[in-house]
Amino acid sequence: MQRHLISAADLTRDDAVLILDTAEEMARVADRPIKKLPTLRGRTIVNLFFEDSTRTRISFEAAEKRLSADVINFSAKGSSVSKGESLKDTAQTLEAMGVDAVVIRHGASGAPYRLANSGWIDAAVINAGDGTHQHPTQALLDAFTMRRRLVGRDAGLGQDLAGKRITIVGDVLHSRVARSNVDLLHTLGAEVTLVAPPTLLPVGIETWPCEVSYDLDSTLPKCDAVMMLRVQRERMNAAFFPTEREYSRRYGLDGDRMAKLPEHAIVMHPGPMVRGMEITAEVADSGRCTAIEQVANGVSIRMAVLYLLLGGNEPAVTHTRPTGSEEK
Amino acid sequence: MSKILIRGAKVLGGALQDVLIDGETIAEVGTGLSAEGAEVVEADGKVLLPGLVDLHTHLREPGREDSETVLTGTRAAASGGYTSVFAMANTFPVADTAGVVEQVWRLGKEHGYCDVQPIGAVTVGLDGQKLAELGAMHESAAGVTVFSDDGKCVHDAVIMRRALEYVKAFDGVVAQHAQEPRLTEGAQMNEGVVSAELGLGGWPAVAEESIIARDVLLADHVGSRVHICHLSTAGSVEIVRWAKSRGIQVTAEVTPHHLLLTDELVRTYNPVYKVNPPLRTERDVMALREALADGTIDIVATDHAPHPHEDKDCEWAAAAMGMVGLETALSVVQETMVDTGLLDWAGVADRMSFKPAQIGQATGHGRPVSAGEPANLTLVDAAYRGQVDPAGFASRSRNTPYEGRELPGRVTHTWLRGKATLVDGKLT
Repeated sequence: MQRHLISAADLTRDDAVLILDTAEEMARVADRPIKKLPTLRGRTIVNLFFEDSTRTRISFEAAEKRLSADVINFSAKGSSVSKGESLKDTAQTLEAMGVDAVVIRHGASGAPYRLANSGWIDAAVINAGDGTHQHPTQALLDAFTMRRRLVGRDAGLGQDLAGKRITIVGDVLHSRVARSNVDLLHTLGAEVTLVAPPTLLPVGIETWPCEVSYDLDSTLPKCDAVMMLRVQRERMNAAFFPTEREYSRRYGLDGDRMAKLPEHAIVMHPGPMVRGMEITAEVADSGRCTAIEQVANGVSIRMAVLYLLLGGNEPAVTHTRPTGSEEK
Repeated sequence: MSKILIRGAKVLGGALQDVLIDGETIAEVGTGLSAEGAEVVEADGKVLLPGLVDLHTHLREPGREDSETVLTGTRAAASGGYTSVFAMANTFPVADTAGVVEQVWRLGKEHGYCDVQPIGAVTVGLDGQKLAELGAMHESAAGVTVFSDDGKCVHDAVIMRRALEYVKAFDGVVAQHAQEPRLTEGAQMNEGVVSAELGLGGWPAVAEESIIARDVLLADHVGSRVHICHLSTAGSVEIVRWAKSRGIQVTAEVTPHHLLLTDELVRTYNPVYKVNPPLRTERDVMALREALADGTIDIVATDHAPHPHEDKDCEWAAAAMGMVGLETALSVVQETMVDTGLLDWAGVADRMSFKPAQIGQATGHGRPVSAGEPANLTLVDAAYRGQVDPAGFASRSRNTPYEGRELPGRVTHTWLRGKATLVDGKLT
């Protein structure tokens, strides 16, 4: 394992399988009467959230607390950031208070990469979503959910997703979830198809390790999982599609479309769902939709990542960075 | 008057010759010239070029003296072998009046490291709405002949047409920053394979090419000349090539960084590679080199854009666009054009001195190295190779993409009208 988790593309197959297997172990903790491990006792983790994201922040916080870490939550609103402090100064200030790991959510693509690679701080950096770039723990929890449902909870241990056919539908252009999933699912041996109107696919997508289609109906009968991405209504105003209704008709998942899926196939959604837009209530509330399960799995995955990155049994990270080393 | 004998220099990369400077003028060029009464500079086979002329420099004064001043910028210019620089208008206040351009011009004169020729804004406040008083700037002491809203595109077709027409009255030229604004909203880097992966907003080639296509057609229609700033794509090269073949009066510049660097570097998310127009692809780089060699692109211009450290020591999206370039330009051109065999030193003199002086009408600059000409000269040790060390820059800013990179060539001497501004690599 590397010291940071910045991009799903950085994970090898073995790294990824190890995380998924470790997450299964962590999931068992959730079934205990006392849902807590002493693993990260004495470690301090800061959740550095420059973008509002209640669900991801709470998921990380739950994972950190179950591992007995000391947790600091930092949100940009009302903080020194709104007074013009730079990312570098914010991070260095927090590190000076003795932080071992930084979980960062940032609106700028690449901000976690900069934090991990600029010599600003020594702490481990975990990307909790950056701009339209990556959201690796989301991809891991999605893969975890797929493996459980499509391979099996016990049968899946040590296994990847070889040969599984996954369709991801929606606003790929603006989606860090799509990018992370394409990278990780490819690493795990799955076959990915992206479906979206051409306006919501990035120029340059032809080099991605996946198929691309503009037609949802033809891909549904041959997939094991279909993942619906949120489509923000404001995209309509930037002419990415004519109307909400037209988008919904062409790319939304309703009961009729769901019926075209193979019997065993699951419907996934990273949330928050826009019901009536990319997914109907009928589908969202059906037994095939794993949205809630994904949330639960998210805590296990984040516990696994924190455990593996912070090395439960090793001594706390020592701060050895000499003064002035930020001049990289 | 003081005499300087430059002994044994390859003039424009040719045969070894001696060059005698007397006062402000080149007195004699030949072999075995007498050193009597002259200070001797042993060139030892270094390359002697006419003083370089940069048609695209940001000196930042007035307004952003924390990143550069006319003094530090012209010292950087002298270090890089330049004797004349054109200062872009996007200062605070904007150089859109006779008063501001005269101030910048005077500062250059006072410091004496390099002639500073201010560029006037095309529109008031660079806002693209209303023509600035172009005639007044031309008639000022600064004698402005080049007008540009650089940093912003003159995107309104009617305003662009009027500007092109209006400056004909005094043989001015409009230098266009070709960037269709709607196609580049939120743009962070070249749109393509790398931007798709990195999730950074794309700056598509078509946003540059569509404006260039429009402007060469406008220039043709009204019979004006137009200059294209920092041309960066293979498609733009094709359009300019077509326009020239039709006899349209268009000239174009390329920056050193677009001749060397590609958008692959953005994978580091290091904002030192953030620039506008953005770094493009390998294919574009090769097309630009070829176009500079065959003359489709007329000149190299640095787009020297100093920024304070904090504006680059941050996340990509928050960072300023631009790179310093005056002190590395010639090395990059040697690396990409001379050492690759695409251009000889006479070609370098043409693209970095003769032609830019011609386009900008920089009197006394871009002249042949021959008797009777102004002694604006630069001596280059082409055999040198070394790592770029920004700590040694004369510029106030350090935002170079070449830190630690090994590049060939080093300017050892620069003379501005016979006065040494750089001796043995040290500013006077």
